[in-house]
Amino acid sequence: MALSLMEGNEAVAWGAFDAGCRFFAGYPITPATTIYNTMLSLLPPAGGVVMQGEDEIASLGYCLGASMAGAKVMTATSGPGISLYSEHISFAIASEIPVVIIDVQRLGPSTGYATKGADGDIQFLRWGNTGGCTGIVLSPVDVADCYTLTIQAFNLAEVYRCPVFVASSKEIGMTRESVDLAALERPALRERALQPEGQAYMPFRPAPGTEVPYFAPIGGEVISRQTSSMHGENGYMTPVPGEIQALVERLDRKLIDEVDKFSFYELYEEEGSETLLITYGVTSRAAKEACREMTAAGRPTSLLVLKTLWPVPQGLIKNLAAGYQQIAVVEANLGQYVREIRRILPDKPVEFFGVMDGKLISPAEIKEALHG
Amino acid sequence: MADTLLNHERPPIFCPGCSHDQVLRSLDKAFLNMGLAGNEICMVSDIGCSGFFDVFFHTHAMHGVHGRALTYAAGIKMVQPDLNVVVTMGDGGLGIGGAHVIAACRRNLDLTLLVLNNYNFGMTGGQYSVSTPQEAQVGSGFLNRLDKPLDLASLATATGAPYVCRCSTYQKDLTDILEEAIAYEGFSVVDIHGICPGRYTKLNKLTPQSIADSLEAQEPICGPVAANQREEYRSAYMREIAALAEPPRPREVEARLTPPSQGRQEVSILGAAGGRVITAGELLALAGMSAGLFATQKNEYNVTVLRGPSIADLILAPEPIDYNGSVNPSVVVALSDEGVERRQGIFAQLDAEALILAAPGVELPPSQAQVRTMDLKAMGIKKADWATASLAFMAQMNLVLTPEMLMSALEQRFKGKTLQAVKDMLGKVRVEEG
Repeated sequence: MALSLMEGNEAVAWGAFDAGCRFFAGYPITPATTIYNTMLSLLPPAGGVVMQGEDEIASLGYCLGASMAGAKVMTATSGPGISLYSEHISFAIASEIPVVIIDVQRLGPSTGYATKGADGDIQFLRWGNTGGCTGIVLSPVDVADCYTLTIQAFNLAEVYRCPVFVASSKEIGMTRESVDLAALERPALRERALQPEGQAYMPFRPAPGTEVPYFAPIGGEVISRQTSSMHGENGYMTPVPGEIQALVERLDRKLIDEVDKFSFYELYEEEGSETLLITYGVTSRAAKEACREMTAAGRPTSLLVLKTLWPVPQGLIKNLAAGYQQIAVVEANLGQYVREIRRILPDKPVEFFGVMDGKLISPAEIKEALHG
Repeated sequence: MADTLLNHERPPIFCPGCSHDQVLRSLDKAFLNMGLAGNEICMVSDIGCSGFFDVFFHTHAMHGVHGRALTYAAGIKMVQPDLNVVVTMGDGGLGIGGAHVIAACRRNLDLTLLVLNNYNFGMTGGQYSVSTPQEAQVGSGFLNRLDKPLDLASLATATGAPYVCRCSTYQKDLTDILEEAIAYEGFSVVDIHGICPGRYTKLNKLTPQSIADSLEAQEPICGPVAANQREEYRSAYMREIAALAEPPRPREVEARLTPPSQGRQEVSILGAAGGRVITAGELLALAGMSAGLFATQKNEYNVTVLRGPSIADLILAPEPIDYNGSVNPSVVVALSDEGVERRQGIFAQLDAEALILAAPGVELPPSQAQVRTMDLKAMGIKKADWATASLAFMAQMNLVLTPEMLMSALEQRFKGKTLQAVKDMLGKVRVEEG
């Protein structure tokens, strides 16, 4: 085994590069800037494009144009930039434009503290768009996940034609660690389904047997029509209630009904445990230690680490939680994802522990919260 | 060859007398004169009446959010360089998208921007825009009397657009102007003044003649701007990247050395910005990895570049590391008061086995740890090198790392003259007995 020293942000960039991303646009912001730096060293020598937006709105706008022209695209920012991305996130959801968005979260609210971490954007990433339809949010735990989940993010963006977020944090993105690159999981690459030749193109009609339309690049032979307006299958604006409802339901359904296919997680079950601890992100690392120590001390505690946060992997969580008396949720915020856990497990007591003070939640704090 | 690129599925629906309708037909003529097919053109538009242009043409189309059309256009053009990308926006989009207009002028990507300038927000009730004259009666009460109108041609010229034209919808040569603007290899800006009968001329007298008179009263501008001629952006981008060498894949560290002690080691380096603390942390991580240890390095610093604390928390361990908040360092390197102050909480937890390596004069909170002073200044080492030098100090004591591990880290991190300079600097480090 040979190890490499890498921070999470570099691993995101390598994941994107290996996924075939050849277009990146971003605006400098701590703690995400090193993704931009790394993309700038990787893409141009490979003939790819890196652009520095005049602001975050432009960065994502460049990506949406490039994606519609057929490129695999990515941008990266932190919470204050996600705020500015909002109108283009809505566009990408409504108009089914594949894009990977990395949120290296920093301590909020507002501009917060640039060099401290938190998981404060988790509900924002789900609901920070007009209309309330969903995208996909993946959550890495460490540098290895930054690589693998970024590749997964590209695959999902391509297959489902939607924005896919990787909810990293300062504590993963800017933390260096040794990683065994040869052992990393490299998912097989997937590409968007292209309009078959010789058929009339309906830009928003789902391809047969799927909920996702074929893609025809702007600039290709077939004329491709894209719009942020409420549209029918033909890509023209529509006032027809039935067409509108069909579109918005499909936008949600194409992801929510398929989430079992991309519910990434780690499970550490301990025999005799009555409690299932659920967490995600960098907090999972403390939770792993806490559960190991509690189990060793005769209080076995099982752990579920969620790596797909949105759409909520309801089937997975319900299924795995079934055998437990109680659930505990730990997250680096004041209680965001616990709302989903309580919603889908109404019959179980769900305890919550969360801190958002700029420090990592420690194993000792988790043990204290669970057992006093 | 078709006799029009207008979209028979969606005929134009502008208000009777709207200047947009005339621009639309001139643009169609320009496309036909140039011999372009629908799939060789992309119309990019935003919100407002000008935002219908993409629908009324049978071409590639992207219609998006208010003021952002230039951003999509740039992404499209960088990926599909052969496409003729034409952006339409109104004076509303010009205002809300001002930053994008300036960026596009500075960048000089081969796009054509047509601003359909009718001095107000037509769709929403005739509110004032960035180009509304101060004397006009519009839907914003007295507010437009307070703001000076923007002249796009002056803005575009000042910010680097190489082709700028201020013109009227009603000029006989509008089609020629549009053709020239589209054919121009670089960013071209055409500010096309016209009448909004739905809103603006209900309260204001405006005719093709009065527009012509007002344009004539200004310094005319229509064509290439001599001072702004330069290489087109994408072509310049491709030239820049042609010579770039591919970056190497991430380096792998061969584990061939033996660490001085078994078990997990945690080290906190407490320094100040500018003290190369993060680099020292990286060296320590690489040193550990050269002895087969797993490593994490968690840094803490302020956003200020050369002020404030700079801290690196390292963990080296024979097993993979989960939680990496450094809780119990065996060695604390105390190089500056700022760093120590930020981590003052850890000192009370240090046990008698722990060691603090302190620069002279650094104020240490009470602890049970042993303290050794490193007078690196007296050894002729500059302050910016103290963090790195402290690793040599530790290596000479066989603490956490060995001299061989440090040398391996240096050789991975530095090359050539820099490597020699660091080695020379570290050669000055002497650990005195005691």
